[in-house]
Amino acid sequence: MVEITEETIGGLRKQATILRRHILRMTHNVQSGHPGGSLSACDLVTALYFHVLRVDPKNPRWPDRDRFVLSKGHACPVWYAALAERGFFPVDELMTFRKIDSRLQGHPELGTTPGVENAAGAEGQGLSFSVGLALAARMDHKPWRVYCLMGDGEQDIGQTWEAAMAAAKYGLDNLTAIIDRNGIQQEGRTEDVMPLEPLGEKWEAFNWHVLTIDGHDYRQILSAIEEAQRVKGRPTVILARTVKGKGVSFMENKIKYHGAATSDEELKVALHELEVPP
Amino acid sequence: MTSAGWKSESQRSYFGKALLELGRRNPNVVVVGADTTESIKTNDFGKAFPDRFVQLGIAEPNMISAAAGLAAAGKIAFAATYSVFGSAHTYNVIRQNVAYTNLDVKIFCSHAGLSVGPDGATHQMNEDIGLMRGIPRMTVLVPADGPETGRCVDAAAEHPGPVYCRFSRTDVPTVTRADEPFRIGRATTLQDGSDVTLIGCGLMVSRCLLAAEALEKDGVSARVLNLSTAKPLDVAAIDKAARDTGALVTAEEHTVVHGIGAAVASVLAQNHPVPLGMVGVQDVFGESGEAEELLAKYGLTVERIVDVARATRKRRG
Repeated sequence: MVEITEETIGGLRKQATILRRHILRMTHNVQSGHPGGSLSACDLVTALYFHVLRVDPKNPRWPDRDRFVLSKGHACPVWYAALAERGFFPVDELMTFRKIDSRLQGHPELGTTPGVENAAGAEGQGLSFSVGLALAARMDHKPWRVYCLMGDGEQDIGQTWEAAMAAAKYGLDNLTAIIDRNGIQQEGRTEDVMPLEPLGEKWEAFNWHVLTIDGHDYRQILSAIEEAQRVKGRPTVILARTVKGKGVSFMENKIKYHGAATSDEELKVALHELEVPP
Repeated sequence: MTSAGWKSESQRSYFGKALLELGRRNPNVVVVGADTTESIKTNDFGKAFPDRFVQLGIAEPNMISAAAGLAAAGKIAFAATYSVFGSAHTYNVIRQNVAYTNLDVKIFCSHAGLSVGPDGATHQMNEDIGLMRGIPRMTVLVPADGPETGRCVDAAAEHPGPVYCRFSRTDVPTVTRADEPFRIGRATTLQDGSDVTLIGCGLMVSRCLLAAEALEKDGVSARVLNLSTAKPLDVAAIDKAARDTGALVTAEEHTVVHGIGAAVASVLAQNHPVPLGMVGVQDVFGESGEAEELLAKYGLTVERIVDVARATRKRRG
């Protein structure tokens, strides 16, 4: 395990709470969007944007930046919140999410939102796109890395496994996939809709380096990413066990909040639970 | 069909050669393939530039998305395979990862249309022009012959954003002139005429020229346009043809439901309506057979163009 101080972890926790509050306000404001999967991915995205990724908010198109690809596009509230808090665009703009004339589309659009690296919404395309990015970095002998965050629902999709084979074939050790394994997709538990287990063994059989962690434990998240950076000759997938709706008691593990915003009363309760630590 | 001294040549060979040349000139060009690279002639590029060539197996959605990722990192990415896989099978991937993103992905597909031959209906892609025309930001090219296919490669590389280009498996007569510059969005006049205009794309262009010869014998002067860009349409050329000749006939190796005939009809209806006849595949699937047999059976012939031209002229007001 790498040395990670309590202070670092405290800072990330605080940042994640701020992002969670944004996610709830953004989706409540338009009474649409996908809070559940944004909340489950929140600690993973926080770790990446506030500790791992080499990006420059002043120069979002910096050629040597690390690339973060959000394959589960419906979780874009957490991406937009992270980008705004990192300074890619004003925090005030978050409340334009899903509204007319906004730079913050209901699902990510490449070219309009500073810091957004891919278009997603139709699921299962992000890992393939990441394979292309990682191949380009290798062709150009560049050190930048690609991090692709997938949902577990996307593991249903054939193209995910096409990409898995391609990344292994080319030994893309500059590519790290992270699966937000919250166990819930639009119509129910993943194991009821389309059983995925044994998921880790599937990725191992596809010749990936597989790490299973608690996706809300910063020490585990950062250690896994650090290990992925050290692995040579193979891509790494981090199976991050998470809780859908994480951080809000009445939303946790509830299928309903995959694609439903909170009511006025629920928002009040949720924000009360998500007090930003001093 | 008689070919008046035309050379019959492979569009795939010209595609492969042009891609190789482009690769020599531009180190930023990369090629992705899907287990059809020898057939579609991208393997010469692969041998010359193995570091810029990616073989992704029978996984076309992954191929198109990976091409988009390469383009997002600054590459000009050529993705090539057969048209049924490179358009229909990958439609939503092209839509989201290539067109919505407006990336430099150039999709070049052989084996378009009935002339695929014995492989049959599963491989005879008669719907791709319409599919690709419907996607915002997409440019659609349909070269008439081998040399023009090569020119499409260069034009696509220079054109910013997504391009789809479709051509035939079978050899086709070379009818375009080497000294005629190729410009995306511009139809070329291969022969001028005043009584009717024959607008063809792909391998139907040579058939339009032969139909014009036949009509000439009857004293009918036919203009022949090579509509090698199916999108954006050369509206000015179509408009001018309508005003000058008063009757139009389109000819395509594609369904008439949503191909260039339907596109030209839309332009005519909104600008200068004149009678229009359409030669193309009706709303049916193809079948196994030799290319010429299929083109004959499904009405993609010189005789059919001539008949439709005569009938269309009669409908003029």
